[in-house]
Formats: sequence, C-alpha cells, structure tokens
Amino acid sequence: MKNRMTVGFSAISENEAFARNTVAAFCVALDPTVDQINDIKTAVSEAVTNCIVHAYSEQSEDNTVTIDTTIDGDTVHIVVSDSGIGIADIDSAMQPFFTTKPEQERSGMGFTVMESFMDTLTVTHNIPSGTVVSMTKTIRGADWKKKKL
Amino acid sequence: MKIDHYKKTDSLYVKLSGELDEHHSSYVRTALDELIDSGVIKRLYIDMSDLQFMDSTGVGVLIGRYKKLKPRGVPIFIQSPSPTVDRVLGLSGIYEIMIKAG
Repeated sequence: MKNRMTVGFSAISENEAFARNTVAAFCVALDPTVDQINDIKTAVSEAVTNCIVHAYSEQSEDNTVTIDTTIDGDTVHIVVSDSGIGIADIDSAMQPFFTTKPEQERSGMGFTVMESFMDTLTVTHNIPSGTVVSMTKTIRGADWKKKKL
Repeated sequence: MKIDHYKKTDSLYVKLSGELDEHHSSYVRTALDELIDSGVIKRLYIDMSDLQFMDSTGVGVLIGRYKKLKPRGVPIFIQSPSPTVDRVLGLSGIYEIMIKAG
C-alpha cells in the first residue's frame, strides 16, 4: 500500500530545517538507519536550498516549494518542485562544482550530493515554469540485515 | 547554530554546534571571519563533533574561509565530522585542501 504526504511552504531559508525534518519524520515508518535518515535529510536540504537560492526573486508573488513524498513498499519517492525561473541547461547544472553564483561562495555540489545520497535522481523542467527534482531511495530497514542473518 | 572558540599559542580552535544550512550560513561565515581576523593565527582547527547537520552550503562556507586563509599560509584542520557530514566533505573534495584530523 502506498502512503503519501504533501507539504507546501514559502521558499525562505527558515523553512529548510522544517522541510528536511518533515520528510525524515515521514520516512521513519520504513525503519531506516540513522545514516539513511541523514542521507534523506541532506538530499532534501540540497533540493530545497536550490529552490530558495535560485528559483525565485524577492519580487516573486508566489514562492511556493512543494514536496511530495510517497512510500511505496520499501522505497521512498521524494519530489521537490517549484514554479520559479527554472534551469536553462539542466545537464550543465548537474555537473559537480557548477554554480551560477560563485560570488556567494556556492559550492556547486548540490545535485552531486543528491545523486550520491539517494538511489536515483531526475531533474526536469516544471510546466509552465520551474523545476522538478525527483529522488528515490530504497530503505530495507535497520532490522533487515539482522533478519537476513 | 553555535560557535565556540579558544586560542592556544598560535592555533585557533573553533567548535561548530547545531545545523549548518543556508539559513545559518551567513552567521557562520561572519563569525568565522571575525575570529580569523581577530589576531595572527598559524592554524585553524574546526571541531565538527557537535555539528548535527551540514549540506553543500556549508562546503561553500568552508571553501570561502580556505580562500581567505591560503594566502596567509594558514592550514585548516577538520575534526570529528559525523559520517554523513564526512561524506559531503569527501564528495566535495574538501579533504584535498584541508586536513582531516580525527
């Protein structure tokens, strides 16, 4: 049975901790290890930070970030989307160290961290505007190894 | 986010506690720069044992401090990162420019 949770919030940095902790709390049902929970928190934080730093200007009237999380079996699907300015060249943006804001001391490692900490990562254009980041991770549970033995 | 520090001879020891993300990055950046510029130091130690969370925004903050200290010949030592923070640092190549010390 699928279990789903959707949350929407303003793209302001105060909400970063809320976002990663909310998704992590939802994933606790899968009985993840501490490391797995931290992987998810880090990946969510990277995706949400991108929305906050890049997607919207201060003048944007609607600056909503939406996180749609689905647990399907032992896999969690996390979709972080915004309707902001979008990414002109997604392939370039996903390269390590790529940043459009080096003057702000940005590392350009956001997508690389998401890719490394999750099992899959897909980045697409949102219609009519913005970006959709989809990630999945399979959690076999902290007890899985014990059960297998 | 909390930053404790002390100086021992010519080394500056900084301990980061809390969660270093975009929201806290400007505070950490400013506080570290103030400490770094408050006197002559020969080494900077950053204790991460109480840092519960850090994403790549924190990597940007570290690289910024590295760029500031490199011309002064001041090496940066990273101490006791959690396994997740350690992976973020490793992925980002931080250990090629800073020394992991414990």
